[in-house]
Amino acid sequence: MAAISREEVAHLARLSRLAVTEQELDTFAGQLDVILQSVARIGEVAATDIPPTSHSVPLTNVFRDDVVVPGLTQEAALSGAPDAEDGRFRVPRILDEEA
Amino acid sequence: MSDLTKLTAAELAATIASGDVSAVEVAQAHLDRIAAVDERVHAFLHVDTEGALAAARDVDAKRAAGEELGPLAGVPIAVKDVLATKGVPTTAASKILEGWRPPYDATIVERLRAAGTVMLGKTNMDEFAMGSSTEYSAYGPTNNPWDLGRIPGGSGGGSAAAIAAYEAPLAIGTDTGGSIRQPGAVTGTVGAKPTYGGTSRYGLIAFSSSLDTPGPCARTVHDAALLHSVIAGHDPRDSTSIPQAVPDVVAAARLGATGDLTGVKIGLVTEFNGEGAEPGVMAAYRDSIEALTKLGAEVVEISCPHFQYALPAYYLIAPSEASSNLARFDGVRFGLRTGDDGRHSLEEVMSLTREAGFGPEVKRRIILGTYALSSGYYDAYYGQAQKVRTLITRDFTSAFEQVDVLVSPTTPFVAFPFGSRTGDPYQMYLADLFTIPTNLYGGPAISVPCGLSEGLPVGLQIMAPTMADDRMYRVAAALESTVGVLTPPAL
Repeated sequence: MAAISREEVAHLARLSRLAVTEQELDTFAGQLDVILQSVARIGEVAATDIPPTSHSVPLTNVFRDDVVVPGLTQEAALSGAPDAEDGRFRVPRILDEEA
Repeated sequence: MSDLTKLTAAELAATIASGDVSAVEVAQAHLDRIAAVDERVHAFLHVDTEGALAAARDVDAKRAAGEELGPLAGVPIAVKDVLATKGVPTTAASKILEGWRPPYDATIVERLRAAGTVMLGKTNMDEFAMGSSTEYSAYGPTNNPWDLGRIPGGSGGGSAAAIAAYEAPLAIGTDTGGSIRQPGAVTGTVGAKPTYGGTSRYGLIAFSSSLDTPGPCARTVHDAALLHSVIAGHDPRDSTSIPQAVPDVVAAARLGATGDLTGVKIGLVTEFNGEGAEPGVMAAYRDSIEALTKLGAEVVEISCPHFQYALPAYYLIAPSEASSNLARFDGVRFGLRTGDDGRHSLEEVMSLTREAGFGPEVKRRIILGTYALSSGYYDAYYGQAQKVRTLITRDFTSAFEQVDVLVSPTTPFVAFPFGSRTGDPYQMYLADLFTIPTNLYGGPAISVPCGLSEGLPVGLQIMAPTMADDRMYRVAAALESTVGVLTPPAL
Protein backbone atom coordinates (compact mmCIF):
# COMPACT_ATOMS: atom_id res chain seq x y z
CA MET A 1 0.00 0.00 0.00
CA ALA A 2 1.26 3.45 -0.88
CA ALA A 3 2.53 5.51 2.08
CA ILE A 4 1.19 8.69 0.55
CA SER A 5 -1.54 9.31 -1.99
CA ARG A 6 -1.74 11.84 -4.82
CA GLU A 7 -4.56 13.60 -2.95
CA GLU A 8 -2.44 13.88 0.19
CA VAL A 9 0.39 15.41 -1.84
CA ALA A 10 -2.04 17.94 -3.32
CA HIS A 11 -3.26 18.81 0.19
CA LEU A 12 0.32 19.18 1.51
CA ALA A 13 1.18 21.41 -1.46
CA ARG A 14 -1.73 23.69 -0.60
CA LEU A 15 -0.61 23.83 3.05
CA SER A 16 2.90 24.67 1.83
CA ARG A 17 1.63 27.44 -0.46
CA LEU A 18 2.90 25.64 -3.54
CA ALA A 19 0.70 25.79 -6.64
CA VAL A 20 2.05 22.55 -8.12
CA THR A 21 1.05 21.37 -11.60
CA GLU A 22 -0.87 18.15 -12.34
CA GLN A 23 2.31 16.61 -13.78
CA GLU A 24 4.31 17.55 -10.68
CA LEU A 25 1.65 15.93 -8.49
CA ASP A 26 2.05 12.66 -10.38
CA THR A 27 5.84 12.79 -10.12
CA PHE A 28 6.01 13.86 -6.48
CA ALA A 29 3.43 11.30 -5.32
CA GLY A 30 5.52 8.44 -6.72
CA GLN A 31 8.84 9.83 -5.47
CA LEU A 32 7.59 10.76 -2.00
CA ASP A 33 6.10 7.30 -1.64
CA VAL A 34 9.52 5.73 -2.30
CA ILE A 35 11.21 8.14 0.12
CA LEU A 36 8.66 7.56 2.89
CA GLN A 37 8.86 3.79 2.55
CA SER A 38 12.66 4.05 2.81
CA VAL A 39 12.72 6.36 5.82
CA ALA A 40 10.02 4.36 7.65
CA ARG A 41 12.93 2.20 8.90
CA ILE A 42 13.41 4.59 11.79
CA GLY A 43 10.28 3.01 13.28
CA GLU A 44 12.38 -0.13 13.85
CA VAL A 45 14.25 1.60 16.68
CA ALA A 46 12.41 0.97 19.92
CA ALA A 47 12.95 4.33 21.51
CA THR A 48 10.05 5.12 23.80
CA ASP A 49 12.41 5.92 26.69
CA ILE A 50 14.90 7.86 24.56
CA PRO A 51 14.76 11.66 24.85
CA PRO A 52 14.72 13.46 21.50
CA THR A 53 17.64 15.68 20.45
CA SER A 54 16.73 18.77 18.47
CA HIS A 55 20.15 20.47 18.50
CA SER A 56 23.65 19.24 19.13
CA VAL A 57 24.44 22.29 21.28
CA PRO A 58 22.32 23.59 24.19
CA LEU A 59 19.99 26.33 23.01
CA THR A 60 20.13 29.58 24.93
CA ASN A 61 18.71 33.01 24.32
CA VAL A 62 21.28 35.54 23.18
CA PHE A 63 20.98 38.88 24.96
CA ARG A 64 22.82 42.12 24.46
CA ASP A 65 22.82 45.40 26.32
CA ASP A 66 19.87 47.60 25.43
CA VAL A 67 21.96 50.03 23.44
CA VAL A 68 21.10 51.55 20.08
CA VAL A 69 23.45 50.25 17.39
CA PRO A 70 23.47 50.91 13.66
CA GLY A 71 20.98 48.82 11.69
CA LEU A 72 19.71 48.69 8.14
CA THR A 73 18.34 51.94 6.77
CA GLN A 74 14.76 51.93 5.51
CA GLU A 75 16.12 52.16 1.99
CA ALA A 76 18.44 49.17 2.52
CA ALA A 77 15.67 47.07 4.10
CA LEU A 78 13.41 47.73 1.12
CA SER A 79 16.18 47.34 -1.48
CA GLY A 80 15.31 43.73 -2.31
CA ALA A 81 11.53 44.06 -2.18
CA PRO A 82 9.58 43.16 -5.30
CA ASP A 83 7.38 46.21 -4.67
CA ALA A 84 7.44 49.12 -2.22
CA GLU A 85 5.33 52.22 -1.65
CA ASP A 86 5.76 55.17 0.72
CA GLY A 87 8.73 53.51 2.39
CA ARG A 88 6.86 50.27 3.09
CA PHE A 89 6.56 46.82 1.52
CA ARG A 90 3.61 46.83 -0.87
CA VAL A 91 1.73 43.53 -0.79
CA PRO A 92 -1.11 42.19 -2.92
CA ARG A 93 -4.61 42.60 -1.46
CA ILE A 94 -5.34 40.33 1.46
CA LEU A 95 -9.17 40.20 1.34
CA ASP A 96 -11.36 39.05 -1.52
CA GLU A 97 -13.67 41.71 -2.99
CA GLU A 98 -16.77 40.14 -1.45
CA ALA A 99 -15.17 40.03 2.01
CA MET B 1 47.66 28.83 -16.85
CA SER B 2 49.63 31.26 -14.69
CA ASP B 3 51.94 29.67 -12.14
CA LEU B 4 50.25 31.85 -9.53
CA THR B 5 47.07 29.80 -9.78
CA LYS B 6 49.00 26.61 -9.00
CA LEU B 7 50.30 27.91 -5.67
CA THR B 8 48.65 27.01 -2.39
CA ALA B 9 46.98 29.69 -0.28
CA ALA B 10 49.87 29.56 2.21
CA GLU B 11 52.40 30.07 -0.60
CA LEU B 12 50.38 32.91 -2.12
CA ALA B 13 50.09 34.69 1.24
CA ALA B 14 53.83 34.40 1.82
CA THR B 15 54.65 35.64 -1.69
CA ILE B 16 52.35 38.64 -1.33
CA ALA B 17 53.66 39.43 2.16
CA SER B 18 57.24 39.38 0.87
CA GLY B 19 56.38 41.81 -1.90
CA ASP B 20 57.50 39.44 -4.67
CA VAL B 21 54.08 39.71 -6.23
CA SER B 22 51.17 42.05 -5.64
CA ALA B 23 47.71 41.01 -4.49
CA VAL B 24 46.34 42.60 -7.66
CA GLU B 25 48.55 40.36 -9.82
CA VAL B 26 47.35 37.30 -7.89
CA ALA B 27 43.70 38.32 -8.20
CA GLN B 28 44.09 39.05 -11.92
CA ALA B 29 45.75 35.66 -12.51
CA HIS B 30 42.75 33.90 -10.97
CA LEU B 31 40.23 36.11 -12.79
CA ASP B 32 42.03 35.23 -16.04
CA ARG B 33 41.85 31.54 -15.19
CA ILE B 34 38.11 31.87 -14.51
CA ALA B 35 37.67 33.62 -17.86
CA ALA B 36 39.57 30.82 -19.58
CA VAL B 37 37.89 27.75 -18.08
CA ASP B 38 34.65 28.60 -16.29
CA GLU B 39 32.51 28.39 -19.40
CA ARG B 40 33.29 24.66 -19.32
CA VAL B 41 33.34 24.15 -15.53
CA HIS B 42 30.55 26.57 -14.50
CA ALA B 43 31.79 26.78 -10.92
CA PHE B 44 30.71 30.42 -10.58
CA LEU B 45 27.24 31.98 -10.62
CA HIS B 46 28.69 35.48 -10.30
CA VAL B 47 32.24 36.79 -10.72
CA ASP B 48 32.90 40.06 -8.88
CA THR B 49 35.83 41.36 -10.92
CA GLU B 50 35.66 44.95 -9.69
CA GLY B 51 35.18 43.98 -6.05
CA ALA B 52 38.06 41.50 -6.18
CA LEU B 53 40.50 43.97 -7.73
CA ALA B 54 39.45 46.69 -5.26
CA ALA B 55 40.04 44.35 -2.31
CA ALA B 56 43.42 43.35 -3.76
CA ARG B 57 44.42 46.99 -4.22
CA ASP B 58 43.49 47.59 -0.59
CA VAL B 59 45.83 44.79 0.55
CA ASP B 60 48.64 46.18 -1.59
CA ALA B 61 48.10 49.66 -0.15
CA LYS B 62 48.20 48.35 3.41
CA ARG B 63 51.39 46.44 2.71
CA ALA B 64 52.96 49.53 1.15
CA ALA B 65 51.99 51.50 4.25
CA GLY B 66 53.72 48.95 6.46
CA GLU B 67 50.52 47.71 8.09
CA GLU B 68 50.48 44.20 9.50
CA LEU B 69 48.74 41.73 7.17
CA GLY B 70 46.73 38.69 8.22
CA PRO B 71 47.81 35.12 7.39
CA LEU B 72 45.62 35.01 4.25
CA ALA B 73 45.88 38.66 3.14
CA GLY B 74 45.57 38.99 -0.62
CA VAL B 75 44.59 35.34 -1.14
CA PRO B 76 41.64 34.91 -3.54
CA ILE B 77 38.59 33.05 -2.31
CA ALA B 78 35.28 31.86 -3.76
CA VAL B 79 32.14 31.88 -1.62
CA LYS B 80 29.19 29.51 -1.94
CA ASP B 81 26.17 31.49 -3.10
CA VAL B 82 24.23 30.63 0.05
CA LEU B 83 26.10 33.23 2.15
CA ALA B 84 24.90 36.84 2.12
CA THR B 85 27.41 39.20 0.51
CA LYS B 86 26.65 42.90 0.75
CA GLY B 87 25.86 44.38 -2.65
CA VAL B 88 26.90 41.18 -4.46
CA PRO B 89 24.20 38.93 -5.99
CA THR B 90 23.17 36.09 -3.67
CA THR B 91 20.69 33.54 -4.98
CA ALA B 92 21.23 30.18 -3.23
CA ALA B 93 21.08 28.97 -6.87
CA SER B 94 17.33 29.61 -6.87
CA LYS B 95 15.17 31.58 -9.29
CA ILE B 96 13.23 32.88 -6.31
CA LEU B 97 16.23 35.04 -5.31
CA GLU B 98 17.43 35.94 -8.81
CA GLY B 99 19.04 39.38 -8.77
CA TRP B 100 18.87 39.81 -5.00
CA ARG B 101 21.73 41.86 -3.56
CA PRO B 102 21.80 41.56 0.25
CA PRO B 103 22.12 44.78 2.24
CA TYR B 104 24.52 43.09 4.70
CA ASP B 105 27.37 40.57 4.93
CA ALA B 106 27.24 37.20 6.67
CA THR B 107 29.56 37.05 9.69
CA ILE B 108 31.87 34.68 7.84
CA VAL B 109 32.08 37.07 4.89
CA GLU B 110 32.84 39.93 7.30
CA ARG B 111 35.68 37.88 8.76
CA LEU B 112 37.01 37.02 5.30
CA ARG B 113 37.04 40.70 4.35
CA ALA B 114 38.68 41.69 7.66
CA ALA B 115 41.38 39.06 7.06
CA GLY B 116 42.19 40.65 3.69
CA THR B 117 41.10 37.75 1.51
CA VAL B 118 39.98 38.71 -1.98
CA MET B 119 36.49 37.47 -2.88
CA LEU B 120 36.39 36.43 -6.53
CA GLY B 121 32.69 35.66 -6.65
CA LYS B 122 29.87 33.32 -5.72
CA THR B 123 29.88 29.62 -6.50
CA ASN B 124 27.24 27.32 -7.90
CA MET B 125 25.35 24.87 -5.72
CA ASP B 126 22.23 22.76 -5.50
CA GLU B 127 19.25 25.07 -4.97
CA PHE B 128 19.09 26.06 -1.28
CA ALA B 129 21.85 23.46 -0.68
CA MET B 130 19.40 20.61 -1.33
CA GLY B 131 21.18 17.98 -3.37
CA SER B 132 24.24 15.80 -3.75
CA SER B 133 25.32 16.60 -7.29
CA THR B 134 24.82 20.33 -8.13
CA GLU B 135 22.34 19.16 -10.77
CA TYR B 136 19.56 20.95 -8.89
CA SER B 137 20.97 24.45 -9.42
CA ALA B 138 18.39 26.62 -11.17
CA TYR B 139 21.24 28.02 -13.27
CA GLY B 140 22.58 24.74 -14.66
CA PRO B 141 25.01 22.20 -13.23
CA THR B 142 28.71 22.52 -12.45
CA ASN B 143 31.01 20.10 -14.27
CA ASN B 144 33.67 18.07 -12.46
CA PRO B 145 37.15 19.20 -13.62
CA TRP B 146 38.28 15.54 -13.53
CA ASP B 147 35.64 14.60 -16.13
CA LEU B 148 33.35 17.31 -17.45
CA GLY B 149 30.58 14.75 -18.04
CA ARG B 150 30.35 13.92 -14.36
CA ILE B 151 28.93 15.63 -11.28
CA PRO B 152 31.22 17.63 -8.95
CA GLY B 153 29.29 16.50 -5.87
CA GLY B 154 26.79 18.58 -4.03
CA SER B 155 25.52 20.76 -2.75
CA GLY B 156 28.80 22.69 -2.80
CA GLY B 157 29.89 21.45 -6.21
CA GLY B 158 30.78 24.93 -7.41
CA SER B 159 33.14 25.61 -4.51
CA ALA B 160 34.90 22.26 -4.87
CA ALA B 161 35.15 22.53 -8.67
CA ALA B 162 36.57 26.06 -8.44
CA ILE B 163 39.36 24.68 -6.24
CA ALA B 164 40.01 21.63 -8.43
CA ALA B 165 40.05 23.75 -11.62
CA TYR B 166 42.62 26.20 -10.14
CA GLU B 167 40.10 29.04 -10.38
CA ALA B 168 40.58 29.76 -6.66
CA PRO B 169 42.95 28.40 -4.00
CA LEU B 170 40.28 28.60 -1.30
CA ALA B 171 36.49 28.45 -1.11
CA ILE B 172 33.73 28.49 1.47
CA GLY B 173 31.10 25.76 1.53
CA THR B 174 28.28 24.80 3.85
CA ASP B 175 27.67 21.29 5.12
CA THR B 176 24.18 20.14 6.17
CA GLY B 177 24.49 16.43 5.33
CA GLY B 178 27.92 16.33 3.69
CA SER B 179 27.84 19.24 1.26
CA ILE B 180 31.47 20.25 1.86
CA ARG B 181 33.02 16.79 2.31
CA GLN B 182 31.17 14.96 -0.45
CA PRO B 183 32.11 17.44 -3.23
CA GLY B 184 35.64 17.48 -1.80
CA ALA B 185 35.87 13.70 -2.16
CA VAL B 186 34.67 13.52 -5.77
CA THR B 187 36.83 16.45 -6.95
CA GLY B 188 40.03 15.37 -5.19
CA THR B 189 40.08 18.36 -2.85
CA VAL B 190 40.00 18.89 0.91
CA GLY B 191 36.67 19.82 2.51
CA ALA B 192 36.09 20.27 6.24
CA LYS B 193 32.88 20.52 8.24
CA PRO B 194 33.78 22.28 11.51
CA THR B 195 32.00 21.51 14.77
CA TYR B 196 28.38 22.69 14.54
CA GLY B 197 28.35 26.03 16.33
CA GLY B 198 32.08 26.51 15.72
CA THR B 199 31.40 28.69 12.66
CA SER B 200 28.68 31.32 12.53
CA ARG B 201 25.45 30.78 10.60
CA TYR B 202 24.53 34.48 10.72
CA GLY B 203 23.86 35.53 7.13
CA LEU B 204 23.67 31.95 5.88
CA ILE B 205 20.44 31.32 3.96
CA ALA B 206 19.05 28.60 6.19
CA PHE B 207 18.25 25.10 4.92
CA SER B 208 18.22 22.99 8.09
CA SER B 209 19.16 25.22 11.01
CA SER B 210 20.15 22.48 13.44
CA LEU B 211 22.58 20.98 10.92
CA ASP B 212 23.94 23.74 8.60
CA THR B 213 27.65 24.37 9.17
CA PRO B 214 29.87 26.65 7.04
CA GLY B 215 33.43 25.47 6.47
CA PRO B 216 36.57 25.57 4.32
CA CYS B 217 37.43 24.00 0.94
CA ALA B 218 41.05 23.93 -0.27
CA ARG B 219 43.62 21.90 -2.19
CA THR B 220 45.71 21.10 0.90
CA VAL B 221 44.93 20.29 4.54
CA HIS B 222 47.15 23.17 5.72
CA ASP B 223 45.24 25.66 3.54
CA ALA B 224 41.92 24.35 4.86
CA ALA B 225 43.19 24.80 8.43
CA LEU B 226 44.32 28.38 7.70
CA LEU B 227 40.88 29.25 6.33
CA HIS B 228 39.16 27.42 9.20
CA SER B 229 41.07 29.51 11.74
CA VAL B 230 40.02 32.75 9.98
CA ILE B 231 36.28 32.01 9.85
CA ALA B 232 35.74 30.10 13.12
CA GLY B 233 34.95 31.51 16.53
CA HIS B 234 32.07 32.73 18.64
CA ASP B 235 29.47 35.05 17.14
CA PRO B 236 26.90 36.58 19.51
CA ARG B 237 24.56 37.14 16.55
CA ASP B 238 24.11 33.35 16.22
CA SER B 239 22.38 31.77 19.23
CA THR B 240 23.88 28.36 18.41
CA SER B 241 27.45 29.69 18.20
CA ILE B 242 29.64 28.04 20.85
CA PRO B 243 31.32 30.57 23.18
CA GLN B 244 34.63 28.73 23.37
CA ALA B 245 38.07 29.21 21.89
CA VAL B 246 38.65 27.40 18.60
CA PRO B 247 41.35 24.70 18.81
CA ASP B 248 44.60 25.48 17.00
CA VAL B 249 43.86 23.63 13.78
CA VAL B 250 46.83 25.17 11.92
CA ALA B 251 49.31 23.83 14.46
CA ALA B 252 47.57 20.44 14.28
CA ALA B 253 47.90 20.38 10.47
CA ARG B 254 51.60 21.23 10.74
CA LEU B 255 52.09 18.49 13.32
CA GLY B 256 50.29 15.97 11.10
CA ALA B 257 52.42 16.94 8.11
CA THR B 258 55.46 15.52 9.90
CA GLY B 259 53.91 12.11 9.19
CA ASP B 260 54.04 10.83 12.74
CA LEU B 261 50.81 9.41 14.19
CA THR B 262 52.36 7.58 17.10
CA GLY B 263 49.89 7.42 19.99
CA VAL B 264 46.87 8.21 17.81
CA LYS B 265 44.04 5.67 18.03
CA ILE B 266 41.80 5.42 14.97
CA GLY B 267 38.42 3.66 14.88
CA LEU B 268 36.91 1.99 11.82
CA VAL B 269 33.12 1.97 11.93
CA THR B 270 32.09 -1.69 11.77
CA GLU B 271 28.74 -0.85 10.19
CA PHE B 272 30.48 0.94 7.28
CA ASN B 273 31.68 -2.38 5.95
CA GLY B 274 31.38 -1.57 2.29
CA GLU B 275 27.75 -2.47 1.74
CA GLY B 276 26.46 -0.18 -0.98
CA ALA B 277 29.95 1.17 -1.76
CA GLU B 278 31.94 0.66 -4.96
CA PRO B 279 34.82 -1.86 -4.72
CA GLY B 280 37.31 0.75 -5.98
CA VAL B 281 36.29 3.16 -3.23
CA MET B 282 36.70 0.47 -0.57
CA ALA B 283 40.11 -0.52 -1.99
CA ALA B 284 41.38 3.08 -1.74
CA TYR B 285 39.91 3.27 1.77
CA ARG B 286 41.72 0.10 2.88
CA ASP B 287 44.98 1.38 1.36
CA SER B 288 44.68 4.60 3.34
CA ILE B 289 44.09 2.66 6.58
CA GLU B 290 47.28 0.75 5.88
CA ALA B 291 49.11 4.02 5.26
CA LEU B 292 47.87 5.47 8.56
CA THR B 293 48.99 2.32 10.36
CA LYS B 294 52.47 2.69 8.86
CA LEU B 295 52.59 6.23 10.24
CA GLY B 296 52.22 4.80 13.73
CA ALA B 297 48.47 4.97 14.34
CA GLU B 298 46.71 2.16 16.17
CA VAL B 299 43.60 1.03 14.28
CA VAL B 300 40.64 -0.76 15.89
CA GLU B 301 37.07 -1.57 14.88
CA ILE B 302 34.27 0.30 16.64
CA SER B 303 30.59 -0.56 16.41
CA CYS B 304 28.15 2.33 15.95
CA PRO B 305 24.91 0.34 15.65
CA HIS B 306 22.58 3.29 15.06
CA PHE B 307 24.50 4.81 12.14
CA GLN B 308 22.32 2.69 9.85
CA TYR B 309 19.38 4.90 10.83
CA ALA B 310 21.17 8.19 10.18
CA LEU B 311 20.11 8.55 6.55
CA PRO B 312 16.37 8.06 7.15
CA ALA B 313 16.48 10.29 10.26
CA TYR B 314 18.25 13.01 8.28
CA TYR B 315 15.73 12.86 5.45
CA LEU B 316 12.97 13.57 7.95
CA ILE B 317 14.72 16.22 10.07
CA ALA B 318 16.30 18.28 7.26
CA PRO B 319 13.16 18.65 5.10
CA SER B 320 11.10 19.43 8.21
CA GLU B 321 13.38 22.32 9.12
CA ALA B 322 13.53 23.36 5.45
CA SER B 323 9.75 23.52 5.13
CA SER B 324 9.76 26.00 8.00
CA ASN B 325 12.85 27.99 6.95
CA LEU B 326 11.70 28.42 3.35
CA ALA B 327 8.35 29.88 4.41
CA ARG B 328 10.07 33.28 4.29
CA PHE B 329 10.22 33.11 0.49
CA ASP B 330 6.74 34.45 -0.06
CA GLY B 331 7.23 37.21 -2.64
CA VAL B 332 6.74 40.02 -0.11
CA ARG B 333 10.06 41.29 1.26
CA PHE B 334 12.62 40.18 -1.34
CA GLY B 335 13.06 38.19 -4.50
CA LEU B 336 10.54 37.04 -7.05
CA ARG B 337 6.83 37.93 -7.08
CA THR B 338 4.48 36.25 -9.56
CA GLY B 339 0.76 36.74 -10.19
CA ASP B 340 0.47 40.24 -8.69
CA ASP B 341 -1.90 41.43 -11.42
CA GLY B 342 -4.81 42.55 -9.27
CA ARG B 343 -6.75 39.36 -9.98
CA HIS B 344 -5.09 37.16 -7.34
CA SER B 345 -5.23 37.29 -3.55
CA LEU B 346 -2.10 37.48 -1.39
CA GLU B 347 -2.32 33.75 -0.73
CA GLU B 348 -2.54 33.00 -4.46
CA VAL B 349 0.39 35.31 -5.19
CA MET B 350 2.45 33.44 -2.58
CA SER B 351 1.55 30.05 -4.09
CA LEU B 352 2.22 31.19 -7.66
CA THR B 353 5.51 32.83 -6.64
CA ARG B 354 6.74 29.72 -4.82
CA GLU B 355 5.63 27.48 -7.69
CA ALA B 356 7.55 29.61 -10.19
CA GLY B 357 10.58 30.23 -7.98
CA PHE B 358 11.37 26.82 -6.47
CA GLY B 359 12.84 23.88 -8.37
CA PRO B 360 11.68 20.26 -8.08
CA GLU B 361 14.01 19.10 -5.29
CA VAL B 362 13.07 22.07 -3.11
CA LYS B 363 9.35 21.49 -3.67
CA ARG B 364 9.75 17.78 -2.94
CA ARG B 365 11.50 18.50 0.37
CA ILE B 366 9.04 21.21 1.43
CA ILE B 367 6.15 18.78 0.88
CA LEU B 368 8.01 15.95 2.64
CA GLY B 369 8.80 18.23 5.60
CA THR B 370 5.23 19.46 5.83
CA TYR B 371 4.09 15.82 5.89
CA ALA B 372 6.62 14.78 8.57
CA LEU B 373 5.54 17.68 10.80
CA SER B 374 1.81 17.17 10.34
CA SER B 375 -0.13 16.22 13.45
CA GLY B 376 -1.02 12.66 12.45
CA TYR B 377 2.54 11.70 11.54
CA TYR B 378 4.70 13.85 13.85
CA ASP B 379 5.44 11.12 16.41
CA ALA B 380 6.01 8.40 13.82
CA TYR B 381 8.40 10.43 11.69
CA TYR B 382 9.86 13.67 13.06
CA GLY B 383 9.66 12.72 16.73
CA GLN B 384 11.19 9.31 16.09
CA ALA B 385 13.96 10.88 13.97
CA GLN B 386 14.93 13.17 16.85
CA LYS B 387 15.19 10.12 19.13
CA VAL B 388 17.43 8.42 16.58
CA ARG B 389 19.57 11.54 16.74
CA THR B 390 20.05 10.90 20.46
CA LEU B 391 21.06 7.30 19.80
CA ILE B 392 23.58 8.35 17.13
CA THR B 393 25.07 10.92 19.51
CA ARG B 394 25.45 8.18 22.12
CA ASP B 395 27.22 5.99 19.54
CA PHE B 396 29.70 8.80 18.88
CA THR B 397 30.23 9.51 22.58
CA SER B 398 30.90 5.86 23.27
CA ALA B 399 33.26 5.60 20.28
CA PHE B 400 35.28 8.63 21.31
CA GLU B 401 35.81 7.12 24.77
CA GLN B 402 37.75 4.40 22.97
CA VAL B 403 39.46 6.17 20.03
CA ASP B 404 40.66 9.65 19.04
CA VAL B 405 38.99 9.76 15.62
CA LEU B 406 36.74 7.62 13.45
CA VAL B 407 37.39 7.11 9.74
CA SER B 408 35.31 5.95 6.77
CA PRO B 409 35.14 6.52 3.04
CA THR B 410 33.60 9.96 2.42
CA THR B 411 31.29 8.77 -0.36
CA PRO B 412 30.14 5.30 -1.42
CA PHE B 413 30.97 5.99 -5.06
CA VAL B 414 33.16 8.18 -7.25
CA ALA B 415 31.69 11.05 -9.30
CA PHE B 416 28.80 9.68 -11.35
CA PRO B 417 27.66 10.81 -14.82
CA PHE B 418 25.04 13.56 -15.02
CA GLY B 419 21.44 12.38 -14.90
CA SER B 420 22.22 8.91 -13.63
CA ARG B 421 20.52 9.42 -10.24
CA THR B 422 18.08 12.28 -10.68
CA GLY B 423 15.14 9.99 -11.50
CA ASP B 424 15.21 8.28 -8.11
CA PRO B 425 15.69 10.76 -5.25
CA TYR B 426 16.50 8.09 -2.68
CA GLN B 427 19.36 6.76 -4.84
CA MET B 428 20.71 10.32 -4.90
CA TYR B 429 20.36 10.60 -1.13
CA LEU B 430 22.64 7.56 -0.71
CA ALA B 431 25.58 9.76 -1.82
CA ASP B 432 25.57 11.19 1.72
CA LEU B 433 25.39 7.80 3.48
CA PHE B 434 28.74 8.15 5.30
CA THR B 435 28.67 11.89 5.94
CA ILE B 436 25.27 12.33 7.57
CA PRO B 437 25.87 10.76 11.03
CA THR B 438 28.33 13.48 11.99
CA ASN B 439 25.83 16.23 11.07
CA LEU B 440 23.25 14.70 13.39
CA TYR B 441 25.89 14.48 16.17
CA GLY B 442 27.35 17.95 15.54
CA GLY B 443 31.02 17.00 15.57
CA PRO B 444 33.65 17.99 13.00
CA ALA B 445 34.71 15.88 10.00
CA ILE B 446 37.03 16.33 7.07
CA SER B 447 37.44 14.68 3.67
CA VAL B 448 40.97 14.32 2.35
CA PRO B 449 41.96 12.71 -0.98
CA CYS B 450 43.13 9.12 -0.43
CA GLY B 451 43.61 7.80 -3.96
CA LEU B 452 41.91 7.10 -7.26
CA SER B 453 39.36 4.59 -8.50
CA GLU B 454 38.90 4.25 -12.25
CA GLY B 455 40.91 7.45 -12.62
CA LEU B 456 38.58 9.45 -10.37
CA PRO B 457 39.27 10.77 -6.85
CA VAL B 458 38.28 9.00 -3.64
CA GLY B 459 38.11 10.73 -0.25
CA LEU B 460 38.80 9.51 3.27
CA GLN B 461 36.53 10.95 5.95
CA ILE B 462 37.96 11.62 9.41
CA MET B 463 35.46 12.35 12.21
CA ALA B 464 36.38 13.83 15.59
CA PRO B 465 34.62 14.74 18.87
CA THR B 466 32.81 18.06 19.22
CA MET B 467 35.26 20.99 19.49
CA ALA B 468 38.22 18.67 18.78
CA ASP B 469 38.57 19.83 15.20
CA ASP B 470 42.36 19.84 15.58
CA ARG B 471 42.46 16.04 15.83
CA MET B 472 41.01 15.52 12.36
CA TYR B 473 43.41 18.04 10.82
CA ARG B 474 46.38 16.19 12.31
CA VAL B 475 45.33 12.82 10.88
CA ALA B 476 44.30 14.36 7.53
CA ALA B 477 47.66 16.12 7.14
CA ALA B 478 49.48 12.92 7.99
CA LEU B 479 47.62 11.01 5.28
CA GLU B 480 48.25 13.84 2.82
CA SER B 481 51.97 13.58 3.58
CA THR B 482 51.96 10.05 2.13
CA VAL B 483 49.20 10.20 -0.53
CA GLY B 484 50.12 13.66 -1.79
CA VAL B 485 47.91 16.27 -3.44
CA LEU B 486 45.87 14.97 -6.40
CA THR B 487 46.24 16.78 -9.72
CA PRO B 488 43.30 16.69 -12.16
CA PRO B 489 43.82 16.40 -15.92
CA ALA B 490 44.52 19.68 -17.72
CA LEU B 491 41.37 21.51 -18.81
